[in-house]
Amino acid sequence: MSLLDVNHLDVRFALRGGDVRALRDVCFSLDRGERLGIVGESGAGKSVAAFTLLNLIAQPGYIAGGSIEFDGQELIGLSDRKLRKVRGHRMSMIFQDPMMTLNPVLTIGEQMVECLKAHRRISTRQARTISINRLQQVQIPSPEARLDQYPHELSGGMRQRVIIAIALLLDPDIIIADEPTTALDVTIQAEIMALLLELCETHNVGLILITHDLGVVSQVTQRMLVMYAGRVIEQGPTREIINDPQHPYTQGLINALPQMATPGERLNQIPGSMPSLSKLPSGCAFHPRCGFVERPDGSHRSACHEEVPAFVTSGNCQAACHMVAEMIESERIPAEEQD
Amino acid sequence: MNSTATSPEASRPLLTLKGIEKRFSLSGDFLEQLQFKGGKLVRHQEHVHAINGVDLDIQRGEALCVVGESGCGKSTVARTVMGLITPSAGEVHYDGERIDNLSTKQLLPYRRRMQMIFQNPYASLNPRMTIQQTLEEPIRLHHPDWSNQAVKDKVSEVMTSVGISADWGPRYGHEFSGGQRQRIAIARALAVDPEFIVADEPISALDVSIQAQVLNLLMEAQQRSNLTYLFITHDLAVVEHFGTRVAVMYLGRVCEVAPTATLFSRPRHPYTQALMSAIPRLEDDRPQHIRLEGEVPTPVNLPSGCVFHGRCPHADERCRQEIPALIATDDGGQVACHAVEEGRIG
Repeated sequence: MSLLDVNHLDVRFALRGGDVRALRDVCFSLDRGERLGIVGESGAGKSVAAFTLLNLIAQPGYIAGGSIEFDGQELIGLSDRKLRKVRGHRMSMIFQDPMMTLNPVLTIGEQMVECLKAHRRISTRQARTISINRLQQVQIPSPEARLDQYPHELSGGMRQRVIIAIALLLDPDIIIADEPTTALDVTIQAEIMALLLELCETHNVGLILITHDLGVVSQVTQRMLVMYAGRVIEQGPTREIINDPQHPYTQGLINALPQMATPGERLNQIPGSMPSLSKLPSGCAFHPRCGFVERPDGSHRSACHEEVPAFVTSGNCQAACHMVAEMIESERIPAEEQD
Repeated sequence: MNSTATSPEASRPLLTLKGIEKRFSLSGDFLEQLQFKGGKLVRHQEHVHAINGVDLDIQRGEALCVVGESGCGKSTVARTVMGLITPSAGEVHYDGERIDNLSTKQLLPYRRRMQMIFQNPYASLNPRMTIQQTLEEPIRLHHPDWSNQAVKDKVSEVMTSVGISADWGPRYGHEFSGGQRQRIAIARALAVDPEFIVADEPISALDVSIQAQVLNLLMEAQQRSNLTYLFITHDLAVVEHFGTRVAVMYLGRVCEVAPTATLFSRPRHPYTQALMSAIPRLEDDRPQHIRLEGEVPTPVNLPSGCVFHGRCPHADERCRQEIPALIATDDGGQVACHAVEEGRIG
């Protein structure tokens, strides 16, 4: 059994015009020490998925169904007191903007000690020792001096290192990182990612990395999910999805990258934009933008706008697409006929 | 315009920056700068040195990309070119004429020829104007003699050319998605038929699939109307695709300028090399990331000598003291590095 099992997660936001379904039927799992990437464009639901794991969904959002099982314990419906033993302790989170995450009126040390004392019965002196140790692990120079500094005295990259140090304070089993490097420069991003990867490997910590950057995902994670309009549309080993994406949306995302086109030529764009979650198209939410609704012989695949596609397995990957399902079906029949 | 082009005009760069510097004061007004020191009243001033001596030429028809990390002064360069910021020193020449010392009125004819696209399409469209009004405004300003019908025709023409429906005119900016807004911002820039467009991170606020749409649009516009671009970005993958030449900036200085293919196949400056190695790529076999020591120094107290020496693995005594000048390389680029000049590194 996996360390974390998420099944049929359904998250909605109760708005005046009716419920907006931010997540539908999201299932995934994470093994101990595994690194999982969640990829998608804004509005795909990737951050909601991460926030839901720690029950950080605020009103008017609510979890309408599904289960989140962590180390054999169901997290949905858990009391706040019990949830606090998991949140920040066994599962910690790194948010996108290092400028917003740290409390500006407390020193780095106060924030670290506060976090340790909230979860463990230790003295301030011990807590400071642990804090200094963690700051060393994230390669912050002269950590003793940093403890007494305020967040504004540190650069963006340094702050994100401090945040990683705080996430590691209580030796979590899983770190959820929501776009941890989006606000940072490329050279700093590369350093922070290398650091995160190294720490996850040495401490055997699981990582759920949420990002829109396919390059980052392909370098850090072992498995990935691709989300579109609140659903997971493709999942599997990262390398296989990057090299051979099955779902037309994943193919479109990868092909739209400038490095996939000859310099100066047109980029392969996906037409249109992501639909609003309150006005989802019928059937497969991607069908209005999809170039595969017409079959190669010119006939129309009506299932695409009538039925929500189910996951089909192709190799080690799973994709939710009628076209892929048809292709697998057509490959299977001749093979069976030969037998 | 092009019909009158004579040979000196064709070979002359469209835009030239000569030793541009820009300092922003950190110390407030005169009274705030006064301090008591040792019983004396002294005036103390502190400056952010946003750009420190930038020389650049932009040729007609090219797409010059300026790359660098946040705080390197690339947006300040864009704003100085457009005349939105007056440089503290140096000159901006547009088509042979000096434009940085012109009054707003004198600058107006140049403003029609050069237009700007901003980073954030949520902030660059006036929320209280309809799309029609937004697009009509620049046309009416620059062509006061045009009839209403001519203005309306032009607006629907640019709207079609950027792929937005001409009946969206009566709607407001907030009714559109980020990608659509950026198309509107591009339409606004194209409405007065400019020859030169300054685009400051035009796609970094957009989603991946939308970025491709907007980049395609910019490239189509370039082919259709023979535009020249000054394209500011931090995304090197975009540069490789879009740019004909690249200028790499660090701490307010240009450290390397080269044709795109040359820069990507053989980056010369140690900073460019580090920047290149940091791009997240899809392939497995990425080159080893060159880790830079430390962080970008603050532009308030600039390091002496080469601004990069504190983080450079090849720095020596000369680098700490002498500011390197841009020197031409054998493959058509320019690089400002003592180590490259002396042949210490390839």
